[in-house]
Formats: sequence, structure tokens, C-alpha cells
Amino acid sequence: MSWIDICSVAEIPLRGARIVKTSVGCVAVFRTDTEEVFATSDRCPHKGGPLSEGIVHGRKVTCPLHNWVFSLETGDAQGADEGQIATYATQIVDGRVMLDGSELTASVAAE
Amino acid sequence: MTQKLIIIGAGMAAGRALEHLFETAPDAYDVTLFNAEPRGTYNRIMLSPVLSGDKNFQEIVTHTAQWYEDNNVTCRFGETVTNIDRAARTVTSDTGETLAYDKLIIATGSNPFIIPLPGHNLDGVIAYRDLEDTNAMIALGDKPDAKAVVIGGGLLGLEAAAGLALRGVDVTVVHIMGHLMERQLDEAAGYLLRKALVDKGITVKCSANSKEILGENGKVRALLLDDGTELPCDLLVMAVGIRPSIALAADAGLATGRGIHVDDQMVTSDENILSLGECVEHNGDIFGLVAPLYDQAKVLAKTLTGEDAAFVNKDVATKLKVTGCDLFSAGDFADGEGREDIVFRDPARGVYKRLVIEDNRICGAVMYGDTADGNWFFGLIKDRTDISEMRDTLIFGPAFQGGAAPDPMAAVAALPADAEICGCNGVCKGQIVDAIGNGATTLEDVKAVTKASGSCGTCTGLVEQVLSVTLGDDFVLPAAKSVCGCTDLTHEDVRRLIKSGELKSQPAVWQELGWTTPNGCHVCRPAINYYLLADWPLDYADDPQSRFVNERNHANIQKDGTYSVVPRMWGGITTPEELRAIADAADKYAVPTVKVTGGQRIDLLGVKKEDLPAIWFDLNQAGLVSGHAYSKGLRTVKTCVGSDHCRFGTQDSTGLGVKLEKHLWGSWTPHKLKLGVSGCPRNCAEATCKDIGVICVDSGYEISVAGAAGMEVIETQLLCKVATEEEAMEVISAMTQIYRENAKYLDRIHKWVAKVGLDWVKEQIVDDLENRQTLAERFELSQSVYRNDPWAEHAREKAQIYQPVANLTLEAAE
Repeated sequence: MSWIDICSVAEIPLRGARIVKTSVGCVAVFRTDTEEVFATSDRCPHKGGPLSEGIVHGRKVTCPLHNWVFSLETGDAQGADEGQIATYATQIVDGRVMLDGSELTASVAAE
Repeated sequence: MTQKLIIIGAGMAAGRALEHLFETAPDAYDVTLFNAEPRGTYNRIMLSPVLSGDKNFQEIVTHTAQWYEDNNVTCRFGETVTNIDRAARTVTSDTGETLAYDKLIIATGSNPFIIPLPGHNLDGVIAYRDLEDTNAMIALGDKPDAKAVVIGGGLLGLEAAAGLALRGVDVTVVHIMGHLMERQLDEAAGYLLRKALVDKGITVKCSANSKEILGENGKVRALLLDDGTELPCDLLVMAVGIRPSIALAADAGLATGRGIHVDDQMVTSDENILSLGECVEHNGDIFGLVAPLYDQAKVLAKTLTGEDAAFVNKDVATKLKVTGCDLFSAGDFADGEGREDIVFRDPARGVYKRLVIEDNRICGAVMYGDTADGNWFFGLIKDRTDISEMRDTLIFGPAFQGGAAPDPMAAVAALPADAEICGCNGVCKGQIVDAIGNGATTLEDVKAVTKASGSCGTCTGLVEQVLSVTLGDDFVLPAAKSVCGCTDLTHEDVRRLIKSGELKSQPAVWQELGWTTPNGCHVCRPAINYYLLADWPLDYADDPQSRFVNERNHANIQKDGTYSVVPRMWGGITTPEELRAIADAADKYAVPTVKVTGGQRIDLLGVKKEDLPAIWFDLNQAGLVSGHAYSKGLRTVKTCVGSDHCRFGTQDSTGLGVKLEKHLWGSWTPHKLKLGVSGCPRNCAEATCKDIGVICVDSGYEISVAGAAGMEVIETQLLCKVATEEEAMEVISAMTQIYRENAKYLDRIHKWVAKVGLDWVKEQIVDDLENRQTLAERFELSQSVYRNDPWAEHAREKAQIYQPVANLTLEAAE
């Protein structure tokens, strides 16, 4: 693990998300009602909708384009839809959001 | 002593009259029946099935020799009456015999009309009237490579042609009019019929004038048309109509016109002579279809036995008896002033239906291809039923009228598994049934597993019917739908409880109303957020995280993740400065598409999210603010130029539109809100399909509501008429507020008004002036919070959140 300090928790809206640009594409960092932080791919596997713009409810997010719902923990699509989004490890240290850089920067760092 | 009754003609009307007579007074008369045809009564209508081979003659005989004998009728078949002596009360037949009568019935029927073309006397030229004609046609079928021409594209001619074709004869129909069966069909149905006949191998020539019948050795050889076309034929059938057979009656000095005049009791100008059938004229009408003849028979029998009865001519329906041509027509369907049409066409299935409406009643119906509902429409014509209530769905027949109509469940049960139920998500019945088989028991279950009814929702009822049909009694149709899976409460319940419980935050709603999820879902969150801000404008702060992306980002997300930016143009009025600022912004931010919208403003499409705050800031500098083109709130007030420029304008419609837009902008409503103000009833601003529309007239302003021009197109309904601009502004404020306070989230005004009724709305804001005023005041209170430009606020204070919170690609590259 190589933790990267991304931002303070407060910079992410409650029940909202911000995006982080990475070499593997945009990653959405979500903040839930209970002050948990999750990171997933920002791209809905259905039609590429930006998940960071979806409504966050519980530990789930609804894609703004066609209402697919994904678990932020597992990345699995809920209900009738089939698909999965990538999830990335996060932690909160002293009010700072940390993202595991090993998965996100590896390909570029190796160059 | 028994009276002597003589009947001339043993057609269907006479046959029926005798039945009625013998039923009530079997011994009242000593009956003698003359018939020029050498047989008794048969069902002439069924000659076509005899011709086509579907029936034989014995099957269509209605009165047998035995029947005449049993009823003591003296039959003189094959004997023609040549003279009536009214003074002596006798008739003389072609055998020279003279018989006395006490009562005489003339039922001579009609004669086929033979066009006096040169050659009409040739052998092989026949009418289509009786068994002899039919047999001649049947005989032709036995001849190899036989050809026939039928003159006349009416009911009888087409039945003759179809029958001949079935017998293997090469048939051409020659019709003088532009389309077939012009008395029963309009042009469109005539076209479909022609197509079907051509498919049967029949050649059809419309607008064709016959000139001469050509013969050879006294026998027909061909028909010559006036354009020089020669149509070879072995048989020529003239089926161009019938004429009442009145010669005998006229010779006897009875009153005649087109037919023999009869009164309501079927008595002619001679009290001892009655008449009925195709030979009579009653109140100017003559008759060719069987239904009224049967009514006449009933009346005539009663007159003979001294009972009171009167004949009333009713509408009749026609069905063409040609296999494979499903055709129905009834009533009167000529175009006319005050007449309107409802037309349904499905070219692929070859279905055409047309109803002619006059004074909210059907006066005529023509159907082709699908005539199953014909009798139902015919019933509505006969009963003169007022159809205004069911006009919307009338053309679809009784199955769509509710009430005692056929069971819709049966229709759903009959659907095949591959019938599509949900068009938005492409879900067919089989998938829903499978989902139910796998344990789904509610609409929500089905939606979760299959997505059916998950988009526009119009198929919800159908999905519920599939559930009901599949589960039987285990499925109870929910009385009212809950907001979402997070609660069992309906929208209406939630709104009521928020007000009565003074719930002023989302957590308060979730907690007090027993939400089953920690913080709702994407369905309930925007609704609750709206209800709270509408009911408690000063206490509750709008929650952007409970808003759909467009309302959170104050721009419309596009399918590629970019946004569209629409600045407001008040009432559609702009300036060169504003246009320059828009053009500059489009250049600066490399906007790929600039489009004029239907709401009279300009859409900049394809702006990147990161650029939104900056483009807003730039537009703000020119005085341009958010057009809220993304919101469930006031969108636009569309105007025409009104009295400022237009020579028809009655009021300053543009000025009122701008005032309204400046008054209403920024307000959130249950669904989007679009207005229109037209300066005169020509309605260039299309105000009558808006949520709220104003039509200016000389005397003031007509305010109408509940229009729509989306999935449904609905005309607005008049709310009220006011004299001044101030009143118009107040009524519209109150209308907006009453809608904001009461409607279910995502109901447009027309949907909401359909639920509460326009009358209720009128009571609240038209009749009750005090209530109108307090509603307008509450609207103003809310607007004190929301009448501002979110673009300016976001550009100023929230620009940061439109940017990525971090960029790891840069760090990694370092």
C-alpha cells in the first residue's frame, strides 16, 4: 500500500462525491451519511455515466444517466442490472482522505 | 266471412309479413300469393354465398311448399299480375285469370337497373338479382378460361365479382365512380377494398365509363370503354343499382314517386291496397337493405289485423359478404358542416376506421380490416349516444371504455409471451411472468428484477395486470403507490404529514415517518427535498445532494458527460450585447453546438463541467443569468410581440411575459413549469399547450392551465378571465403556489389538475379572493429566498467543487 493524501473529508460534500484524475481514469471519491469514504471508478459500465454526479444513499450510488445503482463497497450493480465498477482502498487519517496509490499510479510510475 | 287477401310478389318482405300475419290471425284472411319468379320466398341476400359455393339454394329457401300448404296459402308462382282494377277490386294475371280481393298487397320489389348501352339486349348480359342470374354465373365457372365483366363497384357488383373469381372466372370490375362502394365507403376504405380485391385476382377499373357492349352472333363479346379500352368477356353482369318496381301500381292510378307512396301504416293512396318492400317510397325514402323491410312487414301485418302500428325508418349497417374483405359501414358519413372525423389507420395491418361525429354523436362509421367493433358503433349510432365522455378512446372500441365493456384482464391474459409490455426497457410479458415465477409478487419486485415500468411508467397498469393475471387472488392491486421502496406512505401522505407534523428536515422525515433505509434513495430524496423547501422556505435549506445532477450543477448533463448552458432571455427578448456575450462565451469555451431552443433562448451544448463556473461568470458580466433550463421549476415564459409591433396584438403580451418571468424565476415546482403569453387569440406563443397560458383579448386576459406538449399533447382549460395585468399576475402567482403546495413531486400541472379537478382549483383561486391573495403572498415569501441567480452564487462561492479534488496523473509524472 502506498497511501496518497487526497483532500480533507470536508471537501467532499456529505452524501456526495468528488473526482480524482488518475492514470487509470477518473476515480470518484464518495462520502456517505456516516462519514465513510469510498473510492470507485467514476464510469458507469452501462453508458459511461459519471457516478460522482449520482445521488448517494446508504452505501450506494445511483448513476445520473439511467438510474443504475451500485454498491460502493463491492462495486456490484444492484437489482436487475449486471455489471461491476472498480473499487479502490481508502482510509481517513486525521480528517484527511487517503487513497491507495499502488493501484492508481502503478502503470505510470513504472515507466 | 273470411276476407280475400291477394299478395303480388313473394320476396323477403312479403314472406316476413305473412309470418307475422299468421302468428296473430291465422284465419283472418284467405291468402293468394302471386310471384313472377317460379318459386316461393328465399333469402335473396344469400345469393352471394350460393354464387361463391358456400351454400346451395335449398339452404337459403325460407318458405317451403310445405309451409305454404300448412298455412293455406294459394300459391301462383311463375304467374305475373298484369292489371289491377281498383274499382272492381280485382287483379288479372298473365294467364288472363281475374281474381277478386278485399285487401291487396303490392310487394313487387325492385328491378335491377340496366344501363341502356348499345348492346344491352345481347345474350350474356345479365343483372344480379335472382337465382337465374346466379345460376348463369355459376355455369360460367365451368367454362375454361372464362372472362366476365361486372359493371358496378357497389355492394352487389363486388359480391358478384368475388363469387365469379372464386369460381375461377377472370373478372374485371368497371366502376364509374372514383372509388368502390362510394355510397357506403369513403375514399380511404375504398382504396383498401380495391387493394384486397386486386389481391384476389380481380381487375378493378374505377372512373371508367362504359360506352358500348360489343357482340358477336347476338352474344356478348366485350365491353368497350369510352377511352377505347376493350374488355373481352363471355358474360357481362350489370349491377349498377335497383329501381323500385312501380309500373303495375302506377298503371292502377296509385300515388307513386320514385316508389309507391305509403303512409306509416304501409297503406297506399287506396285504403284497400297496402305495399311494402323495395317497391315503396316512405317519407321520400326508398329501401334496399333488409332490416327496414322486416320492420315494414311487422307494421303491415298489424295494419291488416286492425292493430295500431307505425313504421319508422332507422339507420342500417352494411357488411360486405366477401370472404377476406372485412368491411363495415353504417349511418351517414358524407362530409358536412359541423361534422368531424375520428380516423384510425394501420397501413401495415390494412386496418382503417373512421367515425363521423356530429353534435357529440356518431352519425356514421366506416371500418375496414377490423370490423369487430362495428356493431358496438352501430348501437351508438342507433341510440344517438352522447360520446363526448369517451371521445378520447372511442375509436378503439368498447374494450377501452371501461364500465361494462369486455374485461381488460382477459385481454392481458390473452397476450402472447413475447408481447412487449414496457417499451422503454424492452421488457415483454414472458420476462415479467418469469420474474413472478421466481418470486416477484409486487410491482416493485417486478421493476427491480426486469426494469419494466421503471422509466416513463405508462405501462405500470399493464404490469400490474400481468401480475394480477399470473398470481390470481394472491395479487392485490395497491390502492395507492408508495413514494418508493423506502416507505409505504404515498406522496400525498408524506406531504400531509410534513405539514401537520411540522417536519422541517430530511432526517426528521426519515425518522418520524419510519423510513426503512438510512437516508432514502434516488427516488424519494429529490421528492422530500422539494416538499420541505416548498412547505418551509425559510426554515429548510435546499440540499444539493438530494438533487438530480442537473439541478445540482445548474446545467443539463449530456450523454457524453458534458453540459448544456442556457442563459435566461426574459420573455424571449434579448439585446446585441447579450448576443455578443453569448457568442464570445461560445468561442472562448469552444462550445461545439449552439442551438435556439423551443423556449425562445439559446442553448450552448457541450460545455465541460470544469468550465461551468467560468462561463457562468463571463455570461453574468453581460447581465445574463441562469435560464433554469435544467430545473423542476420555472423554465420560460414564451411570448409573441403583442401590441408593441403586431397589427393584431390586443395587449402588451411581451411586457406581461417579461414581468411574469421576472416574478416567477428561480422558483422550484413539483415538475417543470412553462408559460406562454399570446397577444391575441391567434396564439403565436402557443400558450394553450403550456402549464399556464395567457391569451390577451381586447377586454383583458384569458388565463388557462393544465396544457401539455410532451408525451401527451393537451390543450389548456380556461381558469378565468381577468381585466388587468395586476390581476393576471396575482392569479398566476396563486396558481403556481397552490400547485407547489399540493401536487405530487413530478406531476406536471395537467396531471395534478386531473386528480384534484379544475373546479377545486377555481374555487380556491378564482372564487376565493382572500385565498388567492394569501397564496400569492406565500409565493412571494418563498421567492424572497429563491429569486436569485444560482450561477452567480456558484461561480462566486462553489467554483472549486466543479474541479477534480486531486490530479494524480500530474504527481505520477513528476
